[in-house]
Amino acid sequence: MDGAFAQAFKLILGLDAEFLGIVGLSLWVTLSAVAISAAIGLPLGALLAVCRFPGRGALIVSVNALMGLPPVVAGLLVYLALSRAGPAGFLGILFTPAAMIVAQTILVLPIVIALTRQVAEDMWAEYGDHLASLGQTGRAAISTLLYDGRLALAVTLLAGFGRAAAEVGAVMIVGGNIAGYTRTMTTAIALETSKGDLALALGLGIVLLALTLSINMIVFGATRLWHHQLR
Amino acid sequence: MRDRPSILPLAAYGLRFEMAGIRLIDGVDLAVGSGECVALLGPNGSGKTLTLRLLHGLDVPTSGTVRWATGSDKVAGRKRHAMVFQKPVMLRRTAIANVRHALDAAGFPRAEITERAAAALARFGLQDLAARPARVLSGGEQHRLAIARAAALEPDILFMDEPTAALDPSATRQIEAMFAELKRVGIALVFSTHDIGQARRVADRVAIFGKGRIVEEGPAEEILAAPQTGEARAFIAGDLPW
Repeated sequence: MDGAFAQAFKLILGLDAEFLGIVGLSLWVTLSAVAISAAIGLPLGALLAVCRFPGRGALIVSVNALMGLPPVVAGLLVYLALSRAGPAGFLGILFTPAAMIVAQTILVLPIVIALTRQVAEDMWAEYGDHLASLGQTGRAAISTLLYDGRLALAVTLLAGFGRAAAEVGAVMIVGGNIAGYTRTMTTAIALETSKGDLALALGLGIVLLALTLSINMIVFGATRLWHHQLR
Repeated sequence: MRDRPSILPLAAYGLRFEMAGIRLIDGVDLAVGSGECVALLGPNGSGKTLTLRLLHGLDVPTSGTVRWATGSDKVAGRKRHAMVFQKPVMLRRTAIANVRHALDAAGFPRAEITERAAAALARFGLQDLAARPARVLSGGEQHRLAIARAAALEPDILFMDEPTAALDPSATRQIEAMFAELKRVGIALVFSTHDIGQARRVADRVAIFGKGRIVEEGPAEEILAAPQTGEARAFIAGDLPW
């Protein structure tokens, strides 16, 4: 363990270009996937909370089930879609960071939609009459729900971030773990472990945990700031 | 008092409302004129809340009509009636942000919202609550904020469901003082209550509900002093006939 910590500190303090590249790419891919999922999933989840239509129950169950989609399966599906012969092969983005963002978005989006739907539906039960009384419907009502649910929704996005930051299967398959191009912290850890460089793998693991902790601290700080006007 | 056409008088004819085959409202007729204050009395489940919801348009009657004098409940694109619920809905925001949200949702021009919201609180002496989170206010303060928020929308008529049901006498007095201010500026009030004393103190007219219909209706003084029907007599005497 001592070796691992020493290695981790050496990596961080040494500002090794390759290491920084791996950290930067990991953050870029994961945060992009979370941002895209938020932009799509927050409004969609709230819409699902307030709309009633045939098949709604089945859709909710499906989205909830997709929260458990195995990353390797998501990776495989994106791989098939993006490979030369696949329906999106013309994009030519297989084994690029873009493909990794696509795969992680598929993993994060169901979490954001499902948890947002639950948060928004609970709030709708309380707010529905008031908003109807004010004549607020559609997009405006959804933005009221999202704004007032921001505390719970921040945690929803953290759950999505956690899912993306922790996974290795999907980015490995669609990114290919190419050194200096599509190698992320998780794929590097998997590789170094298999090569027997446990100290480097542990060092990277410590850095990954520290980054996850930092992001959670930032979000916690932000929600504290909002907290005084909520409840 | 007002420089624009009023949507009042409001006239509801033969309102019926059924849910799952059960008739909850069974032929309610009610008219409310400009600036009038009408109390809906009656036991729980007699149809007071549902009647308010039907008049406010939150529920659609199975049959019957709600008619506004101008043919629409809107003037210049804005709905001219508002409602305060028995359990006021407080958004997860500050008190004044709650008022601002309502003004924005109701379609007031953006540029006027900040000023109007501040004025709405000040009008009822609530300016000290402005920056407080609405959901940690006391029950009485939440009710007053909800009424101030609804009044900010400049309605011709305000529907209130049991505005003082859960409040102590001092909070009830403050709410009734708000009623007086609302009446002074010419806003018609229709509210449900179990408090016969309150109906006597503030209402011009009362309608006594029983089993989804109005069993007796008329000037507050007359009805409360000398109810004609057995059901109304029993309710006012505090018997439990239902």
